[in-house]
Amino acid sequence: MNLLRSILIRIAYAVALLIAVIVLNFTMMYLAPGDVADTIAQASGGADPEVMEAIRREYGLDQPFIIQLGTYVGKVLQLDLGYSFFYNQPVMQLMLDRLPATLLLVLTAQIVALIVGVLLGVISARNPNGISSHFVTLFALFGYSAPVFWTGILLLIAFSLLVPLFPVAGMRDVTLEDPSFFTQVVDVLHHLVLPAFTLASIFLALYSRLCRAAMLEVLGSDYIRTAKAKGLSDRQIVYKHGLKNALSPVVTLAGLQFSAVVSGAVLVETVFSWPGLGTLALQAIIARDTPVILGILFFSALVVIMVNLITDLVLRTIDPRIRTGSA
Amino acid sequence: MNAIFKSGLAMLAAGTMLATGTIALAEEPVKGGTLVTVMGSNPRNLNPAVQSGIVTGFPGAQLFAAPLRYDEDWTPQPYLAESWEVSEDGLSVTLNLRKNAVFHDGAPITSKDVAFSVDVIKEHHPFKGMFAPVESVETPDDHTAILKLSQPHPALMLAMSSQLMAIIPQHIYGDGQNPKQHPRNNTDVVGSGPFKLVEFKNGEHVILERHDDYFMEGLPHLDRIVMRIITDPTARAIAYENGEVAFGAFESLPRIINRLKNVDGLTVTPEGYGAIGPLDWLAFNTTKGPLADVRVRQAIAHAVDKNFIHKALMLGTAADAKTGIHPDSPFYEADVPDYPLDLDKAAALLDEAGYPVTDGSRMSLTIDFGWPGVKPQVEYVKAALKKGNIDVEVVASADFPTWAGKMGKMDFDMSWDTVFNWGDPVIGVHRTYVSDNIAKGVWSNTQGYANPKVDEILAAAGKEGDPEKRKALYSEFQKIVAEELPVYWTNALPYHTVYSDKIGNPPLGIWATSSPIDNMYLKP
Repeated sequence: MNLLRSILIRIAYAVALLIAVIVLNFTMMYLAPGDVADTIAQASGGADPEVMEAIRREYGLDQPFIIQLGTYVGKVLQLDLGYSFFYNQPVMQLMLDRLPATLLLVLTAQIVALIVGVLLGVISARNPNGISSHFVTLFALFGYSAPVFWTGILLLIAFSLLVPLFPVAGMRDVTLEDPSFFTQVVDVLHHLVLPAFTLASIFLALYSRLCRAAMLEVLGSDYIRTAKAKGLSDRQIVYKHGLKNALSPVVTLAGLQFSAVVSGAVLVETVFSWPGLGTLALQAIIARDTPVILGILFFSALVVIMVNLITDLVLRTIDPRIRTGSA
Repeated sequence: MNAIFKSGLAMLAAGTMLATGTIALAEEPVKGGTLVTVMGSNPRNLNPAVQSGIVTGFPGAQLFAAPLRYDEDWTPQPYLAESWEVSEDGLSVTLNLRKNAVFHDGAPITSKDVAFSVDVIKEHHPFKGMFAPVESVETPDDHTAILKLSQPHPALMLAMSSQLMAIIPQHIYGDGQNPKQHPRNNTDVVGSGPFKLVEFKNGEHVILERHDDYFMEGLPHLDRIVMRIITDPTARAIAYENGEVAFGAFESLPRIINRLKNVDGLTVTPEGYGAIGPLDWLAFNTTKGPLADVRVRQAIAHAVDKNFIHKALMLGTAADAKTGIHPDSPFYEADVPDYPLDLDKAAALLDEAGYPVTDGSRMSLTIDFGWPGVKPQVEYVKAALKKGNIDVEVVASADFPTWAGKMGKMDFDMSWDTVFNWGDPVIGVHRTYVSDNIAKGVWSNTQGYANPKVDEILAAAGKEGDPEKRKALYSEFQKIVAEELPVYWTNALPYHTVYSDKIGNPPLGIWATSSPIDNMYLKP
C-alpha cells in the first residue's frame, strides 16, 4: 500500500517535471541567439539569404514563440517528438538508433565501476593503513580528478597507438566480411573496453571511497564485534555482515550518479566516436537542432526518474528499515 | 633476383609507355579491395543537389556524377557529358551525354534528368548564383541537353563539376516530395556516380560499393569504400597512424598535420584544395567607427605580423593569401599591395586618420570569433594591436549560430572569419564584396563594403566569356580590395590530405574529396 502510494506520487512528480523540462528547455533554446538556419548555412559552406528564410519558414521558426511552444508540446503529448531540423529524420528514430550504444556503454561502465569500486573499497577498509589502502586512495583520487576526456585520449594513445590492442573509434569493425554472431559480439566488446573503462574511472573512484568509509564505520560497530565474538570467519564478517550494511549508501549514490554517468557518456562518446545518444546530443546542441535536443532531454529526464524509482525499490530490499518506514 | 627481374620489367613497361607517348605511371592500378577512409563530421544528407558543403561532398561526389570533372590544371574534362559546346554568344551551352550511362537502378541517365537536376538545384541548393542565369534546359533528344542562359555565365563550367551539379534521377526525386527532405537522400539512394550506397548510419559510417554499370570504362577500381565518421581530430590522427584508416582529407589542425608528416608510411599534402579555396581573414566592419577609415584598416594590417601567424600559429602548414581569391586559383593576383609588419607606418597612418595616442591608447575595438579553433588568432591580434596602441577586447560567442547571428546583423568591429571560394569566383568570392549582398546573413558582405567600381568589375567579370579578359578584371578587383581592405587576408586554411603508402591516385585535383575517386586504388 505504502509502496503503491509512493510510486503514484512519484509518477505525478515525474509528469510535472517532464513538462517543466520541455517548457524550460524550449524557452532556453528559443532565447539563444542564432538558429538552425545558421548552422545549416555553416554545414553548406554558406547560403543565400532567401535560402535561410526558406529554412526558417519550413521549420516554423518565423512563428511567434507561444505558437512554436504550443505546437511542440501538443506533439509531445501525442508521443511525437517531431523531425530533426538538421537530419530531416524523425527524432524518435534517430534516438532509437543511438540508444542501444549508449545503454551498453553506460550500463557496462556503471557495473564495472560498482563491482571494482566496492571491491577496492572493501580491500582498503580491511587494512586502512596498509599499502594497498594507500594505493586505492591514490588510484581513486586520480580517477576522480582527471577530466574524463583527458583520460580517454591518454588511454587511446597508450592502447591504440603505442600498444595497439584496441581500436581507436566506433563500435564495430564494418570491414569484417560476413561475421558470425559470436564474432560480432567479440568485436563490439573489443571496441567497448576503452570507452567503458574511461567512463567507469570517475565513478569507480567515488564508489571505492564511499564504500571504504562505510565499511570502516560498519566494521567498528557493536554487532561486528558480536559477530567476531561468536567466532564467525573473517570472510563471513566482512562480506555477509559488514558489506551488506555498508552497501546502502553506495547504492543510493549509484542511483543518484546515474544521470552523471549519462552526462559523462557525452564526453566519452565524443572522444571514442561511440555512436550513442551523447554524440547525437552534442551534435544537436552545436547545430541548434531543437527537436533533437528536446527529445534527448525529455528522454534523459524520463530515465533519471525511473532510475531513482528503481534505486528506491532496491534500497527497500537491502535495508528493511526503509520498508517499514522507520527510517 | 626476382625483385630485380620485376623492377626490370616495370622499367621496360615504363619505357614502352613513354615510347608510345602515353603519360602514365609505371604502376598499373589494381582492381578491388575495400578502402577505409574517414570523415570528420556527420553529413546532413547524401544528396549534393540540395546540400552543399565538404561533408556531403565526399560521399555525394561518389554517389552522383556531374556533367564535367576537372584535372589538376583547372581544365574541364568529360565526365557524364562526353563533350560540350558553348555557343558564340555564350548564351547556350550544349552537353552531349554519354549514351551508356545508367543510374544505380539501371534506368538510363537522360537529358530529362539533367533538366530536372538543374531545376532542383536552382530551387533548393544554397548557392543561388551558380545557376541563376540558366533560364531553361532544352532536351532535343535523350542525350543532348542545352542550357539556355540569360547572359554569358563562364562560372557555369566549374558549377557543372564536382559536387555542385549532381545529376539526380527524375523518376525518384520527381515524385512530388520536397527534394530537400526526400527520404531517398539518406537511404536507398539511386545515384549516377561510380559508387552505390550500401548503408548510411548516422554517427557511424557511410558504406559504398562499386557500381558495376558505371559509364566510365574500367572504373572504379575499388570494390568498397567504408567512410568512418570520427569527429575527434586526435582520434582521427591515431587512426591514420595505427593504420585503421588509410585515407582522409580536410585535416586542418597544424599540430596534427605536422605530427602526421613525421609518420612513416603516410603522405600529408596540401595539394588539391584550389577550387575549395578556403581563406582565413580578419574582417572589418567598414560601416562604423574608426574602421570606416581605410587608413585605420591599413594601419591594423601593418601592425599584425602575418609571419607570426604563419610560423607560430599555423606552424608552417598554411600558404600566404593576399587577396580574396585562393592562391591556387588561376585568377589569383599576387602583385597587390601588401602590409609587412611596420609599427611606424601604422602609427603614421593612425595619426593621419586623426587617432592620436591619448593616455596610451588610440582607440578601443572589439574582435569576435565564432569557433574555438581560431582563438589563438584573435588573441594574437589583440596582443599585436596593443603594440600599436589600439585596445582590443576579445568577444567569444557561445557557439557558431550566436556568432553567425552577430555577423549577419553586422554587430561587430572586427572578427576572425573563414570563407571558401567554391570554384569560380562568382560562386564564393563575389558574395563578400558586392554591395547588394550587405548584411544578408553569415558569409554575405558582412563588412558593409561598398565600392561601385568593384561592383562594376565583378558584374563584368561574371559574364566575361574571354578567359584572358576575365583574368584581367579579377586582377583589377584584387588590387582594389587589397588597397581598401574590407578584410585582411592572412592565409589559406591549411587543409591537408593524408594517405598511406597503400593508396594509389589520391584525389589531388582541385576539388579534393568533393570529386569522384573512381581512379583511386589500393596497392597490393
